[in-house]
Amino acid sequence: MPTAPRSRPRAGSWAPRNGHLFVLPYVVLLMFFGAVPVLYSVYLAFTDGDGRFAGLSNFTETFSDFRFVPAVTHVAAFVLIWLIALTVFVVLLALVIHRVVSRRSRTALRFAYFVPGALAGASSVMLWLFLLDPSVSPVSTLLHQLGYDKFTDVIAPGHLPSIFALVAFWTGAGGWILVLYGALNTISSEVIEAAKVDGAGPIRTAVSIELPMIRKWIVYMLILSFAAGTQLFVEPQLVSQASFGIVPNDYSVNQLAYQYAFTQSNFNGSAALSVGLLLVSVVCASVFVARGRLFETD
Amino acid sequence: MIRTGGWRRGAVVAAVAAGTLLLAACGGSSSGGGAPAKATGPYGFKTEAQSSSAPITVWVDSTRLAAAQAFQKANPAVKIKIVSYDGNANGSNTFKTKMSLFDKAGSGWPDVVFTTDNNSASWGSADGTGSLAPLDAGLVPQATLDGFAKGAMDVCTINDAVYCLRNDLAQNVLWYNKKLMDEFGYTVPTTWEEYETLADKVATEHPGYIVGTAGDAWAPEVYMWAAECPANNVTGATSITVDTSDPNCVKAAKLLDKTIANKTMSTLSLFGPEFVKKQGDKVLLLPGPSWYGGAVFQGTIKTPKGEIAVAPALHWADQNPPSTGNVGGGTWWICSHSKNLKAARDFAVWVTTDDAYQVDLAPGFPADTAAATKWLAKQQSSGYWANDISAPIIAAAGQVWPGWGSAAFSQEAIWAKVVQAGMAQGDTVESLLPAWQKEIENQAQVNGYKVS
Repeated sequence: MPTAPRSRPRAGSWAPRNGHLFVLPYVVLLMFFGAVPVLYSVYLAFTDGDGRFAGLSNFTETFSDFRFVPAVTHVAAFVLIWLIALTVFVVLLALVIHRVVSRRSRTALRFAYFVPGALAGASSVMLWLFLLDPSVSPVSTLLHQLGYDKFTDVIAPGHLPSIFALVAFWTGAGGWILVLYGALNTISSEVIEAAKVDGAGPIRTAVSIELPMIRKWIVYMLILSFAAGTQLFVEPQLVSQASFGIVPNDYSVNQLAYQYAFTQSNFNGSAALSVGLLLVSVVCASVFVARGRLFETD
Repeated sequence: MIRTGGWRRGAVVAAVAAGTLLLAACGGSSSGGGAPAKATGPYGFKTEAQSSSAPITVWVDSTRLAAAQAFQKANPAVKIKIVSYDGNANGSNTFKTKMSLFDKAGSGWPDVVFTTDNNSASWGSADGTGSLAPLDAGLVPQATLDGFAKGAMDVCTINDAVYCLRNDLAQNVLWYNKKLMDEFGYTVPTTWEEYETLADKVATEHPGYIVGTAGDAWAPEVYMWAAECPANNVTGATSITVDTSDPNCVKAAKLLDKTIANKTMSTLSLFGPEFVKKQGDKVLLLPGPSWYGGAVFQGTIKTPKGEIAVAPALHWADQNPPSTGNVGGGTWWICSHSKNLKAARDFAVWVTTDDAYQVDLAPGFPADTAAATKWLAKQQSSGYWANDISAPIIAAAGQVWPGWGSAAFSQEAIWAKVVQAGMAQGDTVESLLPAWQKEIENQAQVNGYKVS
């Protein structure tokens, strides 16, 4: 998409500009690693192993799989907990950091929020596995007091969505806090001062002025987080390995797709599950975009 | 070893998943898996153009790295490329995962692969993807095949064709701590009934000591398999019969429940950190595979020299002949797409039969009978064992019950998911038998099996 300001008069229809050169590498990569795999998945999802058109049979087969409903339930519970936690705490923490007056403590806080994000997904899960295993955890006393004597007590099925949400929040929230903090900084100080003159306290200012003005960023965070959350894979996969299989390796929808492709050699079923996930994400994102008026300009 | 490996593997798995998308994208035309091998050519399957100078790629786990290196040392003229991978440990399925990608891509197959699981024949044979080579139709001489222990090739055989060479046997025997047994004044049990009685005695007289473990996914292969529980009776390439309500399954489940309740049966994983810390020095008896000797007693729990002995495998009083189970045991597979089948064959035969590896270096009981005898003599001369371990181990090798098959899906994963997860919540094994049945049936069906 042309991003350069259209200051010059349009001569003819379309002419290459410098801006196009800058986005070109991105477009090429997006095509190869974004669009082409998606199209190939769609092709696989509607064909059978021999490449013949299969209609919706891959979808009906995978959706009626005995592991499908549990996997969807698991992911839904996780996404729900995670998105709520993300919205509430990220906004709260961003507001707090924005209110901190001392420059030095603000920098320190920003740094502290961001540190967990520096650990890549798999390594942060490992760190949490250590924390949550009573036999090796540095906080094992706390775990024992809560009644968890064995690792298998901690990773009981009912706890898993919260544990995964905790890990995801811990690794991902820092970045979003900084994004929202940046968004808060764009609010003109005149607006805030006007509110003050009108007698608005810190809470009133937050609710009536700041939140509505950073709504778009919150929606943006929700869209990306929802898409990432429905693709839950690394966390349950590692916990499954660490628990010697007590947490099944088909816990999430993405893991089930992986099972289809690699233990059942059914790439078509796997593609059908992936396309299903993509559809859900696209539909939800559209709703968020429409309700959050994401693409409106002021 | 298992735990950290597991995490690393998890990361690898994630990377593979990401890589797959790319491969899938670039693969373009899909051949839909390798074409089933037809009975053509000198070896009974369709071969690629052969070149005696083509290098061979071999996949080994970290333990079998020594085998590949020993081969290279003994045969410097053969060009081999050694690739280290997880060896399919803990149901990781790497072998199958990678092979299905290569099948999809139409290239990239290794020549020889070592795995520790037992189900590769069910998916890689001519009835499956067809990428594994049958060995008994001309590739490996019959005399070599006959040199392996009776029943050793059962896991390699599907529809009467042999697809792999067995590396080591993993027949279950009864390991015990002779020093402690003598100290407590107990006699070693010979049947599971006596075992149960002894467990009761241990519970009251020496609480804290254990007579076995059921905290690993292979617990059914120790207790259920030995009881001749028909939970995994693979009757054909795609058919299986399952009946976990059979009295044989129920009696094994009751034994587990009783010993777990009186705390003489550990529910911790043998290779987890908790077991070593809490029960490592409390092991009185341990029914389990022949590789426990090296991996558990000398490896993880490090029992001092001169304490551990082996007794004949436990059997139920009414069994005639006595039966035992089997936990793992590695296998070597040759890929039918190899461009140098002769070298691949020579490699696989060498690592499974040659003294330079199987006797001098191998940690497990060799499947090749001649090597096994020499291996046992060498073990005995180490002075670690408190009795003569050869007789019980050799006897157990021929007692493995053939009614427990190797299906394309992992029975261990099912046990962990349903039974172990339930046990962690405090359910009895007996109460979990119906759920176990249901999960096996479900898994069998989604993997294309007909369940009866």
